Amino acid sequence: MPETPFLPTRPPRPTHETVEFWDACAQGRLVVPRCDDCHEYIWYPRLFCPHCASQRVTYNEVRGTGTVYSFTIMRKGSGPYKEFAPYVIAYVELDEGVRLMTNIVGVSVDDVRVGMPVKVVFDDSIPRFTAA
Amino acid sequence: MSDQPRSAIVGIGRTAYTRNSGRTPLAMAVEAARAAFDDAGLPTSVLDGVTCFHTMDSAFPMDVALALGTTELEFSNAMYAGGNSVAEVVRTAAAMVDTGICKAVLVYRSLNGRSGARYGTVAGPIEVPGEMQFSAPHGYMLPPQWIAMWASRHQAVYGSTCEDLGQIAITQRGHAVPNAHAISRTPITMDDYLAGRWVNEPFRVFDCAYEVDGAVALLIVSTDLLPDVKSEPVWMLGSSNSQSGVGWVQWDDPTSMYSRSAGPKIWQRTGLKPSDIDVACMYDCFTYTVMATMEDFGFCEKGQVGEYFASGRATYGGDVVVNPHGGLLSEGYVHGLNHHYEAVLQLRGQAGVRQVPDAKLALVTAGAGPYGGANVLGKDKP
Ligand SMILES: [Zn+2]
Repeated sequence: MPETPFLPTRPPRPTHETVEFWDACAQGRLVVPRCDDCHEYIWYPRLFCPHCASQRVTYNEVRGTGTVYSFTIMRKGSGPYKEFAPYVIAYVELDEGVRLMTNIVGVSVDDVRVGMPVKVVFDDSIPRFTAA
Repeated sequence: MSDQPRSAIVGIGRTAYTRNSGRTPLAMAVEAARAAFDDAGLPTSVLDGVTCFHTMDSAFPMDVALALGTTELEFSNAMYAGGNSVAEVVRTAAAMVDTGICKAVLVYRSLNGRSGARYGTVAGPIEVPGEMQFSAPHGYMLPPQWIAMWASRHQAVYGSTCEDLGQIAITQRGHAVPNAHAISRTPITMDDYLAGRWVNEPFRVFDCAYEVDGAVALLIVSTDLLPDVKSEPVWMLGSSNSQSGVGWVQWDDPTSMYSRSAGPKIWQRTGLKPSDIDVACMYDCFTYTVMATMEDFGFCEKGQVGEYFASGRATYGGDVVVNPHGGLLSEGYVHGLNHHYEAVLQLRGQAGVRQVPDAKLALVTAGAGPYGGANVLGKDKP
C-alpha cells in the first residue's frame, strides 16, 4: 500500500448492508457479495440479489483482477481533487463478471485503454486499480 | 388509449431563460403557469390538478395553485425525479384527465439551475445512499461523468468519435441561432467545438446542456373544455417509459440506453415509425444522449449518428428536424420540459422562423442511461 494516497477520498459512510465490504477493504481484501440461490455475483453490495430477488447473500473474497470496461479522464479536478488532475475514473469489470466504479492509478492517464488488464490496489482503504 | 381522446394540451407558457433570474422558483412557476392559461384562453378557476418534477429546487404544487387562486386540488404531485421522468409526468397528467379524475392539470418545471444549485457541481458534504456510496469515494458523482463513461464505451465498441458528437452540438447550435429565447446563439464550427475546454473526456463544454434559470408550464385539459379554448389543441398519441433500477455501472450495454426498450414500445403502441416523425425533441443533457437515443429510437444504425447529422438528415430538408429550438444544449436546460413546449409550438405552426414545414408529428424524449421515456404528440385529432 502506498504511504500517501494516489487520490483524495470522500470517506464512505457504511450502512448495515455494506459495513462488511468496507471492513474488508480496510484489511486489504476485496469482497463481493454473491447470491446463495442463483450464485450470481452482485454489485453494488446490498442484502438482496438483483438477479433473482433472493434475500440470501454472502460476501466472497475475489481475486481483484479484471479489465477496464470504460473510462473518462478528468483533466480538471474540483474540491479535494484539484491538485490531483488529470486522473481517471473507470468502470472495471472483474474476472467474476461484476463491474466496479473505480479509478485507474499508477498509470499515465494517456496510457489507459478499454480492455486493459488491471488489478486492485487499496489506496487509503479505497479499492482502486492499476495495470496488472 | 381509448378511441376518442379525452384530453389535449391546450396551453404552454414559460419565463425567460437566464443565467441569474434573481427570482424564486415559485415566482417563475406562477409566471409560466399564467402564460399557459392565457395561451389557452381559459380562466385559472378550472384548475384542479397540478404536478411537477424536481431533484433540487422547485416550487410546491399547492403553492403554485394558491397563487393562481385555487385553494383546493384534486391532484397534487411533486414527483421526485430528474429529466428521466418528463414524459412520465406529462403522461400522468393526461391520464388524470383521461380517467375523469381532473378537468385541468398544470405541469411545470421551475428551477434556478444556473444561479442556484447547479447539476454540474458538488458543493459541501453530500449524502451518498445506495450505489453512490461506491462511486463517491472515486469522485464519480456528476452527470457528465456518468454519461461520458457510456460515450467512451460507444467509442470503443462502434468507433464513434468526438467529431461525431461535435456534429450534434454544431447542428443544434445552428438551430438556436434564430431562437430569441435560447441562451446560447453564437454559431460554432468544428474547430470551435474541438477547441472547447474538456469537462471530462470525451465531453467538451459544447457536449453539455447549458444550465439556466427558468420555468416552463403545460396545461392539459378535458376535451369537454375545448369549446372555451382559443388555442389549437395538441394531442397525445402515445407514450412509453422504461425506468430501470439496474444503475449506471451494471447496465449491461452502455452503447444503448432506456430507449432500446422505450423506442420499440412507442412505435408499436402508436403504429408509427421514425420516418413518420417531423420534429424530434431528443433529450440532450449531453450530445451522447442524442447519439445513443437516435440509434435506439431507430432513426439510424449504430455508429452512424455523426454522419447522419453531418449530412443534414437531422435538420431542415432532411429526414427529421432534431431539436429545432437548439435543445437543452443551446436553448437551455429547463430540465427537459422545454422540449414539450417546442413540440407544441411546432405542431401549431407557431415556431416562426424556425418552423418545421407542415409539422404534424413530434417525438419528445426524456432521460438518459437506464431511465427515461417518450411521448408522441400530434397536430391532428386521432
Ligand atoms: Zn440470485
